[in-house]
Amino acid sequence: METKEFIEQLAEAIDVEDVESLTLETKFRELEEWSSLAGLSVIAFFDEEFDKTVNGAELRACNTIQDLYDLATK
Amino acid sequence: MAFSKISNVAIRGIAACVPAHTEENIDSLPVFKEGEAARVVAQTGIERKHTIESGSGVTISDLCAKAFDVLIEKLEWDRESIDLLVLVSSSADYITPPTSNVLHGRLGLSEDCLCYDIRQGCPGWVVGMSNVSSMVSSGNFKRAILLCGDASTLMSSPLDKEMRPLFSDAGTATALEFDTSANDMEFQHGCRGKAFEAIITPAGGLRNPVTEDSLQFKSYGENLVRRDIDCKMDGMGVFSFGLSVAPKSLQSLLDEFHIAREDVDYFLFHQANQYMNTKIMKKLKLDPDKVPFSLKDFGNTSCASIPLTLVYKCREAYETREVNSVACAFGVGLAWGSFHFKTNKIVCPELILY
Repeated sequence: METKEFIEQLAEAIDVEDVESLTLETKFRELEEWSSLAGLSVIAFFDEEFDKTVNGAELRACNTIQDLYDLATK
Repeated sequence: MAFSKISNVAIRGIAACVPAHTEENIDSLPVFKEGEAARVVAQTGIERKHTIESGSGVTISDLCAKAFDVLIEKLEWDRESIDLLVLVSSSADYITPPTSNVLHGRLGLSEDCLCYDIRQGCPGWVVGMSNVSSMVSSGNFKRAILLCGDASTLMSSPLDKEMRPLFSDAGTATALEFDTSANDMEFQHGCRGKAFEAIITPAGGLRNPVTEDSLQFKSYGENLVRRDIDCKMDGMGVFSFGLSVAPKSLQSLLDEFHIAREDVDYFLFHQANQYMNTKIMKKLKLDPDKVPFSLKDFGNTSCASIPLTLVYKCREAYETREVNSVACAFGVGLAWGSFHFKTNKIVCPELILY
C-alpha cells in the first residue's frame, strides 16, 4: 500500500476529517481525535488491511504516522 | 491444529446465575474523565454489569452453587447420581483445597464422585466442555456437572479504566450425561503461551508472592491505578489477538468437520466487547441474527459469558427445539477454542439472580 492511501485509510479509521493535514511526520498522539479507543481502530485497520497482529507495546512504541506505516508493512 | 470429536455425550441443561447488584457504566465511575463514559459505552456496548457487592463476602462458589441447585432441581437429578463435578474458574475460594471439593461438600454430593478445578479464564467454558465430555464419553462417568464462572471484579482494581467498565461476575452450571444416541461434539483448541503476560495478575502466586509492596495501589497513567495483586490487561494486544485468532479458530472448526454455516442456528461468542465482537462477526460474514450479544447488561463475564449469553438471549429456543450451535472463546492464556454442539430441548431455566 502506498503511503498516501495508508494515510487516507488511517484517517478514516480514527475519524480524522481533515486528511490533508496529515503527513508521515504527523505525531498522531497529539491529534485531537486520538484516544485509546482510536488505538483499537488502528489495530482493526492493521488486521483488515495487512492481516497483521500487533501488541500494545508495539503500538505504544509508535509516535508518527511513518512509525505506524513501518509497523504495518514490515 | 488441535481438533477433537467426542461421542456419546448429551448436554441436558444449562443454568446461569449473576449477582442482583448492578453498576451502570454511564454513571460517573471513578475511572472516567468527563464525557468519557458515553464514548466507552458506545464502543464497548456495555451499559451495566452485575457485580458482587464489595465486602459482601460472596464468591464464585456461591453463584455456581445457586446455578447448580436450580439446574438439577429442574432436571430432577438425584444428587447421588452425579459422579463428576468440575469447576472452571480463575477465582478460587481458597488457595488450598480446590473450590470444586468445597462445593462437593456444600452441594451434598455422593463420595463416589470425582472433583477437580480447571484454572482458566475467558476460553474456560470451551476448555471445560472439551474436558468433561471426554471424561463422560467412555461411559465411566455417567452424569457430570461443569460449573464455570469468575468473580473478575474481586480480582481487579476498581480504579483501573481498562478493567472496571468491562468485567463483571457470573456463575454457570452445565449438565452432561452419557448417552450413546447423542450427537457428536467437535472442538478446536489453541494456545499462545508466549503471550501469557497479556492478561496477568502479577503477584499472589508463588512466582511473585504477596508482599507489603504488592498490596499498594500504584499509578500507571491516568485512571490506571492498581495493585500487583490485581489482574491487568494489555487491552490493545488482546484486541489484536482476538481479532486474529477467533475467526480463524471458528472457520477451521467449520472446515474440519464440514459444518455448513447455514445449518447453524447460533454462533455464541465469548463476550469481550461490542466493537471487537462485531469486527469478528463481520470478518466471518455471519448473519447478525444468529449471533446473540449479552454485553449490554453484563459486560465481560470471563468463562461464564457463553453459557450466560445462551441462557439470557436464547433459552426459549434451547428449551423448545433442536438447536445447532457453534461457540467460540478467546482470551486469558492467551488461548482460544471453538466448539460445535447440537442440543435437543434441554433444561434452560431463566437467569437466576443471587
